Amino acid sequence: MPGPHGNRVSAKPKNTVKTLKRILKYMHAYRLQLIVVVLSILVSTGASVAGTYLLKPIINLYIVPYIGNENPDMTGFISMIGIMAAIYAIGVLTTYIYNRLMINISTSTLYKLRTDLFTHMEALPIKYFDTHTHGELMSRYTNDIDTLREMISHGIPNLFSSALTVVGIFIMMLILSPALTALVVFIMMLMLLVMKKIGGLSATYFRNQQKEIGRLNGYIEEIIEGQKVVKVFNREENVKGNFAEMNEELCNAATNAHTFAGILMPIIGNLSYMLYALTAAVGGVMTIYGHLDIGSIASFLQYTRSFTQPLNQVSQQMNSILTALAGMERIFEVLDEKPEEDNGYVELVFAEENEKGELAETEKSTDKWAWKYPKKDGSVSYTKLEGDVRFEDVTFGYEEGKTVLNKVSLYAKPGQKIAFVGSTGAGKTTITNLINRFYDVPDGKIRYDGININKIKKADLRRSLSMVLQDTHLFTGTVMENIRYGKLDATDEEVVKAAKLANAHSFIQHLPEGYNTMLTSDGANLSQGQRQLLAIARAAVANPPVLILDEATSSIDTRTEALIEKGMNTLMEGRTVFVIAHRLSTVRNSDAIMVLENGTIIERGDHEDLIAAQGKYYQLYTGMFELS
Amino acid sequence: MLKKLLPSLTGYGKYALLTPAMVIIEVILEIFIPLIMAKIIDVGVKNGDIGYVAKAGAAMVLMAFFALIFGVLSGRFAAVASMGFAKGIRKKLFDKIQEFSFANIDRFSTASLITRLTTDVNSVQMAFMMIIRMLVRAPIMLISATVMTIIINARLAVVFLVAIAVLSAALYFIATMAYPRFRAMLVRYDSMNASVQENLIAIRVVKAFVREDHENEKFREAADAVRKAQLRAEKIVISTMPIMQFVMYCCMIAISWFGGRMIISETLLTGEFMSFISYVGQIMMSLMMISFVFIGIVMSRASTIRIVEVIDEEIDIKDDSGKDDLKVEDGSVIFDNVSFSYSKNIDNLTLSECSFEIKSGETVGIIGGTGSGKTSLVQLIPRLYDVLEGKVLAGGHDVRDYSIATLRNAVSVVLQKNVLFSGTIRENLRWGNENATDEEIEEACRSAQAHDFIMSFPKGYDTDLGQGGVNVSGGQKQRLSIARALLKKPRVIILDDSTSAVDTATDSKIRQALRENLKNTTKIIIAQRIASVSEADKIIVMDDGRINAVGTHEELLAANSIYREVFESQQKGVA
Repeated sequence: MPGPHGNRVSAKPKNTVKTLKRILKYMHAYRLQLIVVVLSILVSTGASVAGTYLLKPIINLYIVPYIGNENPDMTGFISMIGIMAAIYAIGVLTTYIYNRLMINISTSTLYKLRTDLFTHMEALPIKYFDTHTHGELMSRYTNDIDTLREMISHGIPNLFSSALTVVGIFIMMLILSPALTALVVFIMMLMLLVMKKIGGLSATYFRNQQKEIGRLNGYIEEIIEGQKVVKVFNREENVKGNFAEMNEELCNAATNAHTFAGILMPIIGNLSYMLYALTAAVGGVMTIYGHLDIGSIASFLQYTRSFTQPLNQVSQQMNSILTALAGMERIFEVLDEKPEEDNGYVELVFAEENEKGELAETEKSTDKWAWKYPKKDGSVSYTKLEGDVRFEDVTFGYEEGKTVLNKVSLYAKPGQKIAFVGSTGAGKTTITNLINRFYDVPDGKIRYDGININKIKKADLRRSLSMVLQDTHLFTGTVMENIRYGKLDATDEEVVKAAKLANAHSFIQHLPEGYNTMLTSDGANLSQGQRQLLAIARAAVANPPVLILDEATSSIDTRTEALIEKGMNTLMEGRTVFVIAHRLSTVRNSDAIMVLENGTIIERGDHEDLIAAQGKYYQLYTGMFELS
Repeated sequence: MLKKLLPSLTGYGKYALLTPAMVIIEVILEIFIPLIMAKIIDVGVKNGDIGYVAKAGAAMVLMAFFALIFGVLSGRFAAVASMGFAKGIRKKLFDKIQEFSFANIDRFSTASLITRLTTDVNSVQMAFMMIIRMLVRAPIMLISATVMTIIINARLAVVFLVAIAVLSAALYFIATMAYPRFRAMLVRYDSMNASVQENLIAIRVVKAFVREDHENEKFREAADAVRKAQLRAEKIVISTMPIMQFVMYCCMIAISWFGGRMIISETLLTGEFMSFISYVGQIMMSLMMISFVFIGIVMSRASTIRIVEVIDEEIDIKDDSGKDDLKVEDGSVIFDNVSFSYSKNIDNLTLSECSFEIKSGETVGIIGGTGSGKTSLVQLIPRLYDVLEGKVLAGGHDVRDYSIATLRNAVSVVLQKNVLFSGTIRENLRWGNENATDEEIEEACRSAQAHDFIMSFPKGYDTDLGQGGVNVSGGQKQRLSIARALLKKPRVIILDDSTSAVDTATDSKIRQALRENLKNTTKIIIAQRIASVSEADKIIVMDDGRINAVGTHEELLAANSIYREVFESQQKGVA
């Protein structure tokens, strides 16, 4: 999704050369090996072509003249066989060399490409992930890199050696017999014509097939995802019916596509036999008339057989190379996406107070943090990290022209608990997304301890905040490792302490292997509530001055929530906390509650104030109990 | 393994047999071509007989032409057979999954079922196509070419026998060496991709904790493991080409040397010698082909196993115990000493000895902590899972006495994790009742408090929801799901925490509408908020898989400590 001022993505054919160049640039580190590969392919191809040519002198000079001879002079023959063996030995050796080198080059290039792609992906702004599906990005790693692997390790060397072979054989044929070569050219034209025609048809039908595959796979995905709903509504038969229809259509499209792909080989193969037959017959006649000799026919016949294989290869490799290049273009597109910008220069450092009561930077890991603010004149000032967050007239929208937040101003003093209340889409989550700069604010300012957050290094800004998000995500690894994600150097004791704080300790102990239980595929073996408890523990171990809880307890029942309340209160003590919850019991004891509607704060105050004001909050709150 | 899938070939078996038949004819025609060439040289050219050369030449061209026709036919038949085969497997898999019970679905992950239906079927299809085309072609080619050389000159044919033995041994060695290495590579590859997937899903967590470097390091390790594994595996495979060349070149040299001497001693004719050279190519190519096919089969083996796993999965809730004519008469529900375990293990019970009674038309609330068994309890009513001990009665009969369709039509559940499907809102609602009139749909939506927001969309009920219902918010999705369930006009409706994303005011309106519009329907509501259940006729308090207490709001408040605790936690701070 290149933006209007993004990278120029010109028409496809233009990019082929550009992309190819870029791939070569990628393999720059292996240029010496690549040169060896090219030379090896040249030698290997030459050996194979030359070896076949030797049939002619062997037959003409050392066999035919001695037919029936009781005591033939075999020295010439022996040395000729020796030459043949030497040529072939070089051929085998060089074939091995270039294949072996190519594996080195391709695996290392792929490794570099994968890590570059991943590192770049990690650096992309959240906005990028909003506009691209996971499946789309995943297929860069799977489909696109896989086809590239094919291309680098087999496609290009094959294409190169095949093309060389065709040229080499063609030259040798001309040397052996220009007249027979004319015949070859004629049949070859026929072959190329067939290839082009069938190739074109096949491409059309393959596109059809691809479309049908997409349709059927989409349906499979959707239905399997919702399989339980299908069961609950007894829809099995309907679903089977729809599936059968699409399955039938895919089968038809695929049969056509594979028919054309499948008949190409026998056609080309047997055209080559025709060429073989014609060569034998015409060569025979020419020999009878004395225009040719048996040895030449032998070599020529052999060439006609080894001619079509590479020709076929060229046409097949061309297709797969084009596919790979298209995939490569998509990969480069991702690599060309602008990473998250970070012009911040204010850093977060450990600090301690010196005798004069001034803050100073220290190497030690103290409990105190300070913002290190380099001034233009080279001096540095330190501001204590306290967690004072202010919004000044912040206006923001995810897409241009669609405002989500409109002139929002608010402040949170260190240690205050600020809650956001409002219906879905009112802009609650957006506010927290701006604090940690998942998105940048075009209008208005957000200040953190008096510093404009755009001046703070993103990594340091985020380190000073801890978030528990609406959707809990866990990583493959043990429970222990997942909690430790909040602070990579946390000791086991710290982890257990955090888990206890979040009331996760008791359920963790009931897991088959306690803290060492492996969590797989996003913690699928845990309930939503348990996952939220782990997420809270993860935030607790990070121990930051500012805490953002975005529906952090929505899947935890109120009784358990009441149980962890003590822990949560300990966790929130002395920190600035932003809470988003639609369960009003969660936000009641906040220092300030902001009621959001359509991106504007319509009410603010503490619980008592808002109840007394009898506004929206009052309605929401009493609505909860109107039936009791 | 592949044999197990053969029944899926139904209807296409004819083509699957015709393909090799065509291939055999093609191969035999091709085998004779070099022989005729030898005759041109040894008879035609030797005797200067142009007529003979022309006739033999024409015969060869004709043979090549027929070979071409049969080759094309085999290509067509192979495509028809293998695509039909794939279609059959896909159908069998999909239909089988439709029979799956919840327990069966839980056992396979969604993602793995999708892979089995797509990638795995595809790889089996490719392997099958290779088998019917090449696995017949290559051995026939190999054997008939070898036989042909023996007929021409048995002594010289020894060269081939040796070459075949050497090359097959080498290929076999390579294949057996490479296979475990490729498997190891695939495992690494999977785990690398899993790590990418994980990062995509959790990118906000990674960024919020500033763990990009940590993740990059993890990925670099995974990618390096893939690189090493690939190198290890491919290192072996790449020797195929040079070895093949080596054997072929040795054949050429040996045939030139021995053949040349035989010609000189007049035990071999020049043309025959030339045909030998041609057979070298044919024989070596067919050996290579066989090794390709085996690699293909081996590669597809894992896929075949995964497909068969699904097909062989035993369905644990079968729809054969029910009596077809038995209808669910009313909405009464009785749990009689029910115990339940997801793993069917008496030592690992999710529910133990649960007993209670619900009268038809009552509203029942269920309250309890995370993991206390609320969801498990209600899922037994529409028989989404079967009890381990005891029994569940609905409408006066054991739920196992009804046919599943009858039971599930009468007992409607709104699941915690709800899914809408692509299509319009109206189409989605019709899942509840295909023949619902527009009035019925509107009525259900009004009860579920969905009508107003639906009408706020420009296209109203014809709004397209997009895949997975991406175009509506969480709360809207929940209300649509409730409306969909209401359209069944069920005897029992179960709301499993179905209004968690709906605001409190709307939530209470939904409950009010249910009470007024569905007087005869039993309403079972699982909720977090006491307010959602406090006016119910009966509230069941669950704790650790057991029924802790059953009573009205007042009774429980007076007598049940868990209930009181929850209530107080939600009341605190009320002015």
